Amino acid sequence: MRALCWHGKGDIRCDTVPDPEIEDARDAIIRMTSCAICGSDLHLYNHFIPGMKDGDIMGHEFMGEVVEIGSSVSNLKVGDRIVVPFTIICGECEQCRRGNFSVCERTNRNASLAAKAFGHTTAGLFGYTHLTGGYAGGQAEYVRIPYADTTHVKVPEGLTDEQVLFLGDIFPTGWQAVVQCDIQPSDTVAIWGCGPVGQMAIRSAILLGAKQVVAIDCVPERLSMAQAGGATTIDFDEESVIERLNQLTNGKGPEKCIDAVGLEAHATRSIDSVVDRAKQAVMLESDRPHVLREMFYVCRPAGVVSVPGVYGGLIDKIPFGAVMNKGLTIRTGQTHVNRWTEDLLRRIQEGQIDPSFVITHTVGLDDGPEMYETFRDKKDGCIKVVLKPH
Amino acid sequence: MPHHQEAHRPAADTVARGLGWFSLGLGAVELLGAKSLARWMGLDKHEALIRAYGAREIATGIGLLTSRDPGPWMWGRVGGDALDLAILGTALSDRDAETDRVVFATAAVAGVTVIDVLCAQSLDASRRNESDRHWDYGDRSGLPRSPTQMRGVARDFEVPRDMRIPEALRPYDQAQRRPL
Ligand SMILES: NC(=O)c1ccc[n+]([C@@H]2O[C@H](COP(=O)([O-])OP(=O)(O)OC[C@H]3O[C@@H](n4cnc5c(N)ncnc54)[C@H](O)[C@@H]3O)[C@@H](O)[C@H]2O)c1
Ligand SMILES: [Zn+2]
Ligand SMILES: [Zn+2]
Repeated sequence: MRALCWHGKGDIRCDTVPDPEIEDARDAIIRMTSCAICGSDLHLYNHFIPGMKDGDIMGHEFMGEVVEIGSSVSNLKVGDRIVVPFTIICGECEQCRRGNFSVCERTNRNASLAAKAFGHTTAGLFGYTHLTGGYAGGQAEYVRIPYADTTHVKVPEGLTDEQVLFLGDIFPTGWQAVVQCDIQPSDTVAIWGCGPVGQMAIRSAILLGAKQVVAIDCVPERLSMAQAGGATTIDFDEESVIERLNQLTNGKGPEKCIDAVGLEAHATRSIDSVVDRAKQAVMLESDRPHVLREMFYVCRPAGVVSVPGVYGGLIDKIPFGAVMNKGLTIRTGQTHVNRWTEDLLRRIQEGQIDPSFVITHTVGLDDGPEMYETFRDKKDGCIKVVLKPH
Repeated sequence: MPHHQEAHRPAADTVARGLGWFSLGLGAVELLGAKSLARWMGLDKHEALIRAYGAREIATGIGLLTSRDPGPWMWGRVGGDALDLAILGTALSDRDAETDRVVFATAAVAGVTVIDVLCAQSLDASRRNESDRHWDYGDRSGLPRSPTQMRGVARDFEVPRDMRIPEALRPYDQAQRRPL
């Protein structure tokens, strides 16, 4: 089959690789109908996340049709249409039973590697680093789903791929980012990053009833999409984020701050970001925490800082004095996808939201490598890419 | 990271990469030849400082050459130039200094500073032109009605207990002694 494979920094190719096979009684194989490129894929593409190997198959946001099932999978049948959450879950361990699916204790087959890096293991993830199990991803014609009886969302009749595809990642991610802010009707929510995750967070904050949503980025078309979703926007190339946020909140700062940017934050002409880049270049620091610094500084005392943006390792110069003295709450994590999918699927069916608004490019698998570049460099108005492998 | 990659490389970009190589070269000279350089200017006691400058130049050089957007690095160079000029300025009043040679070094740095500022400014300008060409997604709300009408539609959602704000941080009514 054809699949998009990682071959090093900035090098993704559409290769021919062996078809996946059932390896365990809880497996299923799906034939891909749609898959997407996620901002997290860019961190791998730019090689900021350690633990990738030559030839790894990319992709963790995908859906398709079941073509084969293992002997113990009783709740799926050949022909079922499913969306696959990017977090592989056993459904039985202590964390899964609490709904903390992204830290499932059993699905990471490289658990000891993860424990070395993070102190404890986290869930197995599709198409991601070997620290999270090194499972083959879904930017391919077929993929093997381990723990398939729990790791899926069934798609009801009458919904298009485009409407439900993002249930596997960015929609629940934006949603959880806002849910863990515990929105009150008087809240101002500031969201850094108007990529796909930021866009979903903006809509989630509106639906969950925030008084004011402020979105921050520097890419004009992304800001225009943020505005369409109900956000007031700040272009950080043009104005001071901190000053403007204070101005929009009578000098008090936003109660809730969301980092939908992650470890590759850029900042124009700010001294801290230049220092971060230099340190990253000589490997004194792995991540660029400009957004975290800004959030901790501007967040209202007793506020919440929610971090769906991905970080991989070490950061410097975090104003923890501000966090402590202002009594901030920090919430973060890879998304517990299946905790939200049932509710979100209902909201899509009821027409409260149609997540397909974010798609700007739809292409075949062969054009995938080029699309990585287009998405990374924000060329051609690109915000979200969907690939059609067949 | 650039927000818009251009198909062709503008002149400023090429100049920036050139300055990147210049930074690397200068950095190497400062780092390896700190001793003789310091002696040449009669500033022997500043050898460590010169070495540190060398390290900084090399970091900037790497930045200019490896980043897809040299803009911030160019402003980094400008900052470095300013620092150099300030230090050379104080060196002029140093009694041990070889004044002629320090003046020569100052003039050289001033010349480079002009190039750096021009280059950084034109990188900024070319980025601004780039973003003039833009796509408008003002019609892509993803919501069936206006955001104002959709605000709070999902208030039926119950935030799970483990994700609520700590009770102590909720808006609190002191008089009633309960959360608002
Ligand atoms: N927690 C999870 O489970 C989860 C799931 C999906 C994605 N993610 C992460 O979420 C983040 C965003 O993903 P995405 O798909 O939207 O990616 P993206 O790269 O398209 O979006 C990031 C956006 O941030 C903007 N940005 C950069 N620096 C900024 C700054 N200083 N201030 C404000 N905005 C800035 C960029 O211009 C870009 O538009 C990534 O780190 C991704 O890995 C996390
Ligand atoms: Zn993702
Ligand atoms: Zn589990």
